[in-house]
Amino acid sequence: MENSSAISGKNSPQPHYAFSLLPRAYLNFAGRKIFAFTETLHGLAAFGIITLVVLFQKTRHASHVVHPLIRGQIVRAGIQLLPMTSFLGFALGLVIIGQTVFLLNRIGVQNFTGTIMVTVVVRELGPLVAALLVLARVGTAIVIELGTSRALGEVEALEALGIDPVHFFVVPRVVGLALSIFSLTIYLILIALLSGYLFAFLQDVPLYPSDYFSQLANALTWQDFALLALKTSLFGTVIAIVTCFQGLAEPLHIEEVAVATTRAVAHCVVACVLLDALFLIVYLVM
Amino acid sequence: MVKEFPKIDPSAPIIEMTDVAIARQQAEGLLEVEKVNWRVSAGTFWVIGGLFGCGKSDFLATATGLQRPARGVVKLFGYETFTIKEELLIEHRRRIGLVFANGGRLFNRLTIAENIALPIRYHQNWREDEAGESVREILELTGLTRWAHHIPSGLSPSWQQRASLARALSLKPEVLLLDKPLVGMDVRHQRWWLEFLKNLSDGISFYQKKPVTIVATAESFEPWKEVAHQFALLKNNHWQELGGPAELAANSEPLLREVWTEDI
Repeated sequence: MENSSAISGKNSPQPHYAFSLLPRAYLNFAGRKIFAFTETLHGLAAFGIITLVVLFQKTRHASHVVHPLIRGQIVRAGIQLLPMTSFLGFALGLVIIGQTVFLLNRIGVQNFTGTIMVTVVVRELGPLVAALLVLARVGTAIVIELGTSRALGEVEALEALGIDPVHFFVVPRVVGLALSIFSLTIYLILIALLSGYLFAFLQDVPLYPSDYFSQLANALTWQDFALLALKTSLFGTVIAIVTCFQGLAEPLHIEEVAVATTRAVAHCVVACVLLDALFLIVYLVM
Repeated sequence: MVKEFPKIDPSAPIIEMTDVAIARQQAEGLLEVEKVNWRVSAGTFWVIGGLFGCGKSDFLATATGLQRPARGVVKLFGYETFTIKEELLIEHRRRIGLVFANGGRLFNRLTIAENIALPIRYHQNWREDEAGESVREILELTGLTRWAHHIPSGLSPSWQQRASLARALSLKPEVLLLDKPLVGMDVRHQRWWLEFLKNLSDGISFYQKKPVTIVATAESFEPWKEVAHQFALLKNNHWQELGGPAELAANSEPLLREVWTEDI
């Protein structure tokens, strides 16, 4: 009797009201998602720590092999993306900055132009746009490359030759992407600020170039440069670690590479936005 | 120059497995082989046979320290794998060359010459031109000179397999492990491999006439009976040492008839 009542749940304590509203399947689904999230976070953290340890421990090791790989990543994630960055910077300048300068002038607060430009372009849009561009053009390619290498057994082949796969595959991508996103952000900011003024000039906004650039210079502090360098490098590091993790740690079969790629993009976007939010707090405290 | 390692006691086993159980790499927990007790002495030539899917590849991966055994102890050059420091394990791996099955897992974005140069350049920290002489020597030794600047996917699987052997030889390993090297090859390539491995086992000038220890897996013993010194069999999850060619011929094991002959 006791067993049957326990199975039917007649004498068992009633679940909490809020939980009883949800079907058990939903709770199981949420539980599975939470476990999967925790597992991924744990894996990513471990992978990130291993990568940073290898990066600092093997700085000089096999430099004639690893340094050309880093240069290759800078070419791919930096130099080859200059045309697209120019286009985005120009569009950003016309659409956002030009209009902002025009509106500020209309309501007579053009003295704030520099402050607003620095806040919008230098601190927020520039780094985020450059990071998302690199993620779209290079991050996805990294997952596919490394996922295919993993599925084809190239990682085991490297290990069999005594070559550290993290040193050979991950470190060049982390350094390359961190430097590339930093450089692309600077380039994008310059293009955006120049094209923004061009738009304002074409709309006959009475703002001299000297006033515009002196406002920008006055609004910028040394902390802006330091935080910009830190933020963009961290964006690059995070994108490289997440994409390499998804490429190397997950796919054992070639058909899993596509799923790993979409998952890596989602994880990178969330990680970059969270990182951006963290820097927002720093900027507010400044 | 390739780094010189400390001399080992020639009587000490190069690979030693004690009561080892090997799990399937693709499905953890599923045991493929159990109770393996095996000692490989320097200069011997082993062939391990077994039917398709009996765990030969995982056996070699465990023997080289790439795969953790489910149970038991694996020692390389007297040191237990997975309990020694990573640097030492990497040094031991450099003394063991592994040729993977099915095209040898070459790096598809590199040419054959770059594939061979990579381990040398990585461990010696050499520029591309500094490794040129060593690469040329290995290309000539393995008859791959004309394929030097091709990417692996442009070559037939037989040539890819040979390129994988060339890459494994680049660090002049003391032990060479080959996973089903003759599978899918025509007679011409098979003949070249058997002759080359026999020469390696006897000692060639590339190795200063020092014999190389060889362990190969096979689905047929037939081609190997003239060249190998020792044979073993993986059967029904168990390891069985069969002895030399004479003992093998006298053995009444029924599975041997299948593994011995090529036409099953």
